[in-house]
Amino acid sequence: MKKIMILLFVSLFTFSANSNAKSITLGWAAWDPANALQELTKEFTAETGIDVNFEFVPWPNFADRMLNELNNKGKTFDLLIGDSQWIGAGAVYGHYVKLNDFFDKEGISMNDFSPATVYAYSTWPKGSENYYALPAMGDALAWAYRKDWFDRPELKSEFKKKHGYDLGVPASWDQLYDMCTFFQGREIDGQKRYGAAINTERGSEGITMGVTAAMYAWGMEYENPNKPYDMEGYFNSPQAVEAVEFYRKLYEDCAPPGHSDAYMVANLDAYKSGQVAFQMNWYAFWPGVSKEDSDGRVSGFFANPKQNVAAATLGGQGISVVKYSDKQDLALEYIKWFARPDVQQKWWDLGGYSCHNDVLNSPSFPTSTVYAQGFLDSMGIVKDFWQEPTFVELMLPMQEAIHDYVVNGKGTAKGALDKIIEEWVEVFEADGKL
Amino acid sequence: MSVKKKFKGLSDKAVAWLFIGPSVFLLLAINIYPLIYAIRMSFTNFYANKIGREPQFVGLKNYIKVLNKEAIWEKMQVTANFMFWTLLLQAVIGLGLALLLNRKFKGNELLTTLIVLPMMLSPAVVGVFWTYLYNPQVGLFNYVVNFFYDFGSFDMIGSSELAPWSIVIVDTWMWTPFTMLICLAGLRSVPNYLYEAAEVDRASKWQQFIYITLPSVLPFLLLALLFRGIENFKMFDMVVELTSGGPGSATELASINLKREAFEKWKTGYSSAFAVILFVTIFGFGNVYVKVMNKIKER
Repeated sequence: MKKIMILLFVSLFTFSANSNAKSITLGWAAWDPANALQELTKEFTAETGIDVNFEFVPWPNFADRMLNELNNKGKTFDLLIGDSQWIGAGAVYGHYVKLNDFFDKEGISMNDFSPATVYAYSTWPKGSENYYALPAMGDALAWAYRKDWFDRPELKSEFKKKHGYDLGVPASWDQLYDMCTFFQGREIDGQKRYGAAINTERGSEGITMGVTAAMYAWGMEYENPNKPYDMEGYFNSPQAVEAVEFYRKLYEDCAPPGHSDAYMVANLDAYKSGQVAFQMNWYAFWPGVSKEDSDGRVSGFFANPKQNVAAATLGGQGISVVKYSDKQDLALEYIKWFARPDVQQKWWDLGGYSCHNDVLNSPSFPTSTVYAQGFLDSMGIVKDFWQEPTFVELMLPMQEAIHDYVVNGKGTAKGALDKIIEEWVEVFEADGKL
Repeated sequence: MSVKKKFKGLSDKAVAWLFIGPSVFLLLAINIYPLIYAIRMSFTNFYANKIGREPQFVGLKNYIKVLNKEAIWEKMQVTANFMFWTLLLQAVIGLGLALLLNRKFKGNELLTTLIVLPMMLSPAVVGVFWTYLYNPQVGLFNYVVNFFYDFGSFDMIGSSELAPWSIVIVDTWMWTPFTMLICLAGLRSVPNYLYEAAEVDRASKWQQFIYITLPSVLPFLLLALLFRGIENFKMFDMVVELTSGGPGSATELASINLKREAFEKWKTGYSSAFAVILFVTIFGFGNVYVKVMNKIKER
């Protein structure tokens, strides 16, 4: 009995000691960079004694889970690495702490970070000097290709004979299509291969992120630059229509069978299993792809190809302090630590994509990995989806209409874009913007 | 005063209320209050995610908007198709299996256990593993179909013609055992002397089925279909995991659309109106159905 009592007291003491320990909780998506951040954060805990708990949510549920938490003023998270499109809602609805005073006090300058990432991940209204996040993870949609197949002399000569130019990194979407169709259905090493694993996912944001990679390259603008929210003739311009038609052609002629609801992991799987010559995906996944290919023999990487203009779909996230947290001081301490140049360098070394100029402008950066130059190129040409507080309402009709046209083969590209504008007008009207 | 004494003077009515009180309270709190709240919200332009914005009364605007929206009618059509085919297939196959299992043969119990296994699984899990079964490259479904007839590679989930059938097949696979079990209960309640009398009257097996088995089992079958109808009208998890409502909106059932409007677009007022319309629809159909069922029972 005495032993049991001692055990009970020890357990109670341990529990009480643990509950008093300084700790914060950080929420992010469940993917490779999150594991890298977890590894990096061990140093923060060693330095400060503050424990950091992590809650990583799978991508398909990430927005639902986090936005519900914020809308309910939940206290689960002290820090949140939220998608770039959430910044508007975070600022307008007061979910995120405004960081200007903190940055001034701690001497953290946004000039130390890549301008494109500060604009995309931190500011609201866009381009203002109101900061609601520190750029945490730079990212853009890019491409990986099977370099080992491309290097085969017999394939190279066959391609050149057929198309009149070299098989290599495509300089345009037209060339990308030529290469994809070249590999579609081709037997290599006794296995049937396909062209490209592209985004076609319906539920969250997948197909929108994919099709906009083409639309941006064709020169699509969301709105009249001189008249905000005037989308007619811009979002559904002839170039935008052509881009959407092209994306459908790419899906129909080049995607592997069954690739009708695919996003990040499905694209990775199709590529890693040797089904496809190309995959469209975020830079965040390239460290994982190139990990087993240290000499760069199997995989090559390139930024989104140009068509009419050079452009790429923006990904990535900033790290914000949640307004409803009771531990804002500890969360801010984490941000202060994370903003340090030496920590940012380690972040890049571990597989995270730092946005700090000291890291990006270092002479050794472009050659530090096989995809580093592509990352630099992409971050200079990124464009993002609407970052309005109503971005989810704006995203869903686009997902549905584009999926209906590209995958379902229903209607026309112009009809799909017109339908999206119609829904967007309704959203902006309800939000008082129109 | 002791507890015994305290309750001694309670009337039967009071005791009855004491027993049903907690249930009534829970019913009011969990069902009735949210329903009334949703009805109230359906007359406003409320957005649950727009903090600080006061909802304004908009009259019947949300109802008019829902009923005039072409996309809503498309979703209702998808739901109606899904319900029609699943209920039909589950009725026919479920009754057939029940007739089979009502006979005594070796391995009857084992076969019954195996048949009811699918309905014990989580619908979300079923949705996920059928995505693998339907995979045109490695899925078992294509292999089995092509074993019998060479259709070549086809994509059940990615094709707008096949995707609605993909959800019908999975729901039928999962829930036919339920219909079967209820029909089996009905079959086992038919007294043997009816068949003995029919034998004496030299009725054929077909006549016995039409005049004894079917009328006896019909109320059970209708009850099973009522449950399945209500469930399938609000089907969500399995379809979301299997097709996400796609391709495009080929399998976007009314409930999936409602969830998207309410908790992704946060159109609370509009989606409340939609929810009320769906509630009235299922409540109306349910009532008519129960009346028909009772008439059949009385015959």
